[in-house]
Amino acid sequence: MTGTGPSRLLLPRYLPEDGAARTPVGFAGYKSTALRAPLHAPVELPQRLTEITGPVLGEGRVRPEDADLTRQHDGEPQGQRIIVHGRVLDSGGKPVPHTLVEVWQANAGGRYRHVVDNWPAPLDPNFTGLGRCLTDGEGRYEFTTIKPGAYPWGNHHNAWRPAHIHFSLFGTAFTQRLVTQMYFPDDPLFFQDPIFNAIPEAARHLAISRFDYERTEDNWALGFEWDIVLRGKDQTPFETSDDGDVA
Amino acid sequence: MSLPTTPSATVGPYLSIGLTWEDGPYVVAPDTSGAIWLRGTVFDGNGDAVPDAMVETWQADPDGRFDHVDDPRGAVARPGFRGFGRAYTVDGGTWAVCTLKPGRLPDGEGGLQAPHVDVSVFARGLLDRVVTRIYFADEAAANAEDVVLRSLPDDAARQTLLATPTEDGYRLDIHLQGPRETVFFAV
Repeated sequence: MTGTGPSRLLLPRYLPEDGAARTPVGFAGYKSTALRAPLHAPVELPQRLTEITGPVLGEGRVRPEDADLTRQHDGEPQGQRIIVHGRVLDSGGKPVPHTLVEVWQANAGGRYRHVVDNWPAPLDPNFTGLGRCLTDGEGRYEFTTIKPGAYPWGNHHNAWRPAHIHFSLFGTAFTQRLVTQMYFPDDPLFFQDPIFNAIPEAARHLAISRFDYERTEDNWALGFEWDIVLRGKDQTPFETSDDGDVA
Repeated sequence: MSLPTTPSATVGPYLSIGLTWEDGPYVVAPDTSGAIWLRGTVFDGNGDAVPDAMVETWQADPDGRFDHVDDPRGAVARPGFRGFGRAYTVDGGTWAVCTLKPGRLPDGEGGLQAPHVDVSVFARGLLDRVVTRIYFADEAAANAEDVVLRSLPDDAARQTLLATPTEDGYRLDIHLQGPRETVFFAV
């Protein structure tokens, strides 16, 4: 019969994040959140089958050249060539292998190739700003790109976004989904950026990449390293029984 | 060993550069037997449509199964069914995903969950995704037994999750704020 199954299910359980280190959905200094961030606290949803599973994506979705944002046009884009690499791990330290990593970014002048970005910085005909890759068996990812520029936005007077690259990750479960931004070390614009400062202070360093001289290639590109940590599974499996008791 | 998780950030206004897939809205091809369209509009606290949101869906197949190694009932692949949909709000703030109606599946507490779709909403102005569920208004008997719906305080809260039948599927609007603010979940 459709849909019936064992009443007792041995499910993995994804550990909660440290609430004090999580970015809040809304933040007063970031004006767009005022009418968009929900005002009611979310309802706790115990993890069940739909939450501990998730899409396994990648096959047929990623070509090797998608990881090099400097080779997507006839010519090379303007700007500082960089290599951004790191590992996707879970909070237990286990690598997340073969998972889809999607990135997008502004060009070296801080301009996005997007219809609503029209500030007076030039588009680069040789730069789209889209990259994709799958992590390898050890959870490693790597992109070659150019360093994105800072850009102004309308949030407050003289508001500038620090240089950043957008990242999107799936992990292996709906529970692990993460969309975030990677910053560069020592950016002088951090102090006035509400998107960066919405991250609780103790966790901000986790959003900043490390300059990586080891990965820097002589006569070619600067290296930056950034590890991404998704929620990990509790090592003890979580069992529910008919009466709802946790075994 | 415990590593701190990477903090989230807003998807921003330029998400379509990085996250556009031509086949995004197609959990199944539209000519699949039983295919339905799930549609809705995302509204902000002024009641204005949000024109730059991304809605992602994840669900079981019509037999209540997942193609996933962590499902203790076993992974079951259904050819042509991805389980995952990704759509953007476009003109008028409406998103649409072409899929199959999910089946019921065990709730792990001896009962069955009603057919449902897990939903993530991303947008400029949201520093983290917000998560909700779509249920189906024409599944009254199953909904009455559903452990998540039953846990909500009242019918008004449940109503924010019930998609209503349309001529080619179902419709559910998502209200980020306002008197009909959607029930969002912490997973």
